[in-house]
Amino acid sequence: MKTSRRGFVGGASALAVFSGTTAAFSQKKYSDGASDTEIKIGHTGPYSGPASSYGQIGKTLEAYWKSVNDAGGVKGRKIKFLTLDDGYNPAKIVELTRQLVEQEKVLCLFNTLGTANNTAIHRYMNQKKVPQLYVATGASKWGKPKEFPWTMGFQPDYHTEGVVYAKHILANVKDPKIGVLMQNDDYGKDYWEGFKEGLGKESGKVVKHVTFEVTDPTVDSQIIQLKDSGANVFFNIATPKAAAQAIRKAADIGWKPVQYLNNVSASVGSVMKPAGLENSQGIITAQYLKDPTDKQWENTDDFKAWVAWMDKWMPGANKADANHVFGFAVASLMHETLKKCGDELTRENVMRQAANFQKYKLPLLLPGITINTSPTDFYPIQSVQLARFKGESWDLFGDVMSAEGS
Amino acid sequence: MASTSKKWVLGIVVLAFVVPLLKPIFPDAISDYRLFLVSTMIIASIAVLGLNLLTGFNGQFSLGHGAFYAVGAYTAAVLMDQLSVPYWATIPAAAIVCFIVGYLFGLPALKLEGHYLALATFALALAVPQILKYKWLEGLTGGVQGIVLNKPEVPFGLPLSEDQWLYYFCLVVMVILFWAAANMLNSRSGRAMMAIRDQYMAADTMGIDTALYKTVTFGISAAYTGIAGALSASAIAFVAPDSFNIFLSIKFLIGLVVGGIGSLTGSVIGGIFYVLVDNSAQALSQFVKNDLGLPFDLSAYTVFGVLLIAIIYLMPMGIAGGLFMAWRKIRGAR
Repeated sequence: MKTSRRGFVGGASALAVFSGTTAAFSQKKYSDGASDTEIKIGHTGPYSGPASSYGQIGKTLEAYWKSVNDAGGVKGRKIKFLTLDDGYNPAKIVELTRQLVEQEKVLCLFNTLGTANNTAIHRYMNQKKVPQLYVATGASKWGKPKEFPWTMGFQPDYHTEGVVYAKHILANVKDPKIGVLMQNDDYGKDYWEGFKEGLGKESGKVVKHVTFEVTDPTVDSQIIQLKDSGANVFFNIATPKAAAQAIRKAADIGWKPVQYLNNVSASVGSVMKPAGLENSQGIITAQYLKDPTDKQWENTDDFKAWVAWMDKWMPGANKADANHVFGFAVASLMHETLKKCGDELTRENVMRQAANFQKYKLPLLLPGITINTSPTDFYPIQSVQLARFKGESWDLFGDVMSAEGS
Repeated sequence: MASTSKKWVLGIVVLAFVVPLLKPIFPDAISDYRLFLVSTMIIASIAVLGLNLLTGFNGQFSLGHGAFYAVGAYTAAVLMDQLSVPYWATIPAAAIVCFIVGYLFGLPALKLEGHYLALATFALALAVPQILKYKWLEGLTGGVQGIVLNKPEVPFGLPLSEDQWLYYFCLVVMVILFWAAANMLNSRSGRAMMAIRDQYMAADTMGIDTALYKTVTFGISAAYTGIAGALSASAIAFVAPDSFNIFLSIKFLIGLVVGGIGSLTGSVIGGIFYVLVDNSAQALSQFVKNDLGLPFDLSAYTVFGVLLIAIIYLMPMGIAGGLFMAWRKIRGAR
């Protein structure tokens, strides 16, 4: 009932826009959700509930499309961005997705957030043959074009990152004895599987592997266990709160291993500072996006453009929140994908164009990291660069490492 | 009165069976998505009825019916996933499992009254999603990743869409369960349940085995909600611990209070209300922001909260009670 009202309003506004454009004489092809005047994109994210801090990503996306429409849209077509609150609840996203696909008839879904949530609609989207593009989760299962040709990830997957750390440890640490702290869920396990794969035959180097639940108040006892195991390398697979606690506790009890920290928690503002800058020196992580609290980017062009954009379109938002960087970057990629589609705005062509990026330079990615996809490679970003924490920011070192084709 | 209300119910049930068949004539008005939405309303109604049997008719409180819903959903999902049990057979299985769980939980709950019982059930609702993630159970439950299922297929080559079939399946289960509940409440046992609610001491003195009635009611209530959970597993075709957070239990409570405590019709209204308002609240807040262009960034829950307060103030007996009062006033005025 409400949909019909909304549909009416949408139709009316589409009509208003239509009167202002002239039709061009070229080959035009449309699927549901696209027309001469409008492109409909669907999105769900957690604006409420336990993961609502990620809601900022959705707000950034919304602001991004508003700024695109303000500048005339994509080839004259306005973007109608429909974003709904799934509360991080997999049962809810199924209902909302059906609303977006069947009632609103969106061209594609874009950047739906959460591993469990995307799993809940994975099969449905592929049965309906509607693109589920650039999902906001780093699980490794989003890049399987053979089984799921309508789903594509965005960020480097956790598995690949785990491989990178393992290789670096084997190459650089003499006689490593590795202690691993792992958050006990699918995200933690993805890292852990990749890490073990990277170690290969050397997996015996892991002397202790301890886990914690995301709801645990502290990880103190786990860190003490790791220290007692005699480990001289510490791989920290934890989300920001626990990661900061682990770094601080290790320093408090005088444990000084070589520390590797997963990218998920590589935020200066929300991890390194609470953990104590003096305790965080020398920690190694892998990065692909520019950290907004990192002063070394302040004079780069894309970062300056982002700051100006934030001031204009999201005034008052916290610029230290990396979710805004993430949202801007992923929306830029979607924008570029739509531009590449030209006048053939079909679902097939959207997927074809998404799977056809060669060395595309996306704003806010680290220098040297580009977007690469192909019909058999559905992992847009598969490169990371290692960085060492020094002073108050990350010091990039070594080459950009890629795991293309893994 | 009784016969007219019976006619009404029969009429609505017949209508509910016939309308989806008109889908080929009105493909836009009766879309698959809308049928799916009505199916979720039916499922919510059954869950609210479960809670109503306990709270409305037996006077025991529960803030944790989401837990039984989760147990039902997981029972169905594990049976389908591990043992390839057909979806329809998971409904009685979920009912039995949830009855046992509810009955066992009801035993210690006998010693708890009012607020304390509410708190104990609240703890249950908090614990269940965590237990589902527990590593010893992971082989069965799939941990945080949950279990991906298949949607029920249309049997016997019937010319129906998957969603039409799902709708009918849910509707039949609902009709059976409401019919059973109505009969139970009209029986000796039902009167005993309500006697315990109204005057515990008097009921005890009259020779009613209050302990037995309370625990069995807990079991039946859990079984109803568990059946709703099993249906939802089939409808959503996916279960994960995050689907059964504490808000789910609150949702049933809202449905119960808004629909009408101690009323079968109220359970149906409560289920419909929740799904409808939960969806409309989001559309409404977006409408205010985008289409009207007002500078309010109202979250959906703000709208939802305002609506809820308005309803509770205007209809303190729930929507069912409010409608009944309004009906009486109109008849009285004539």
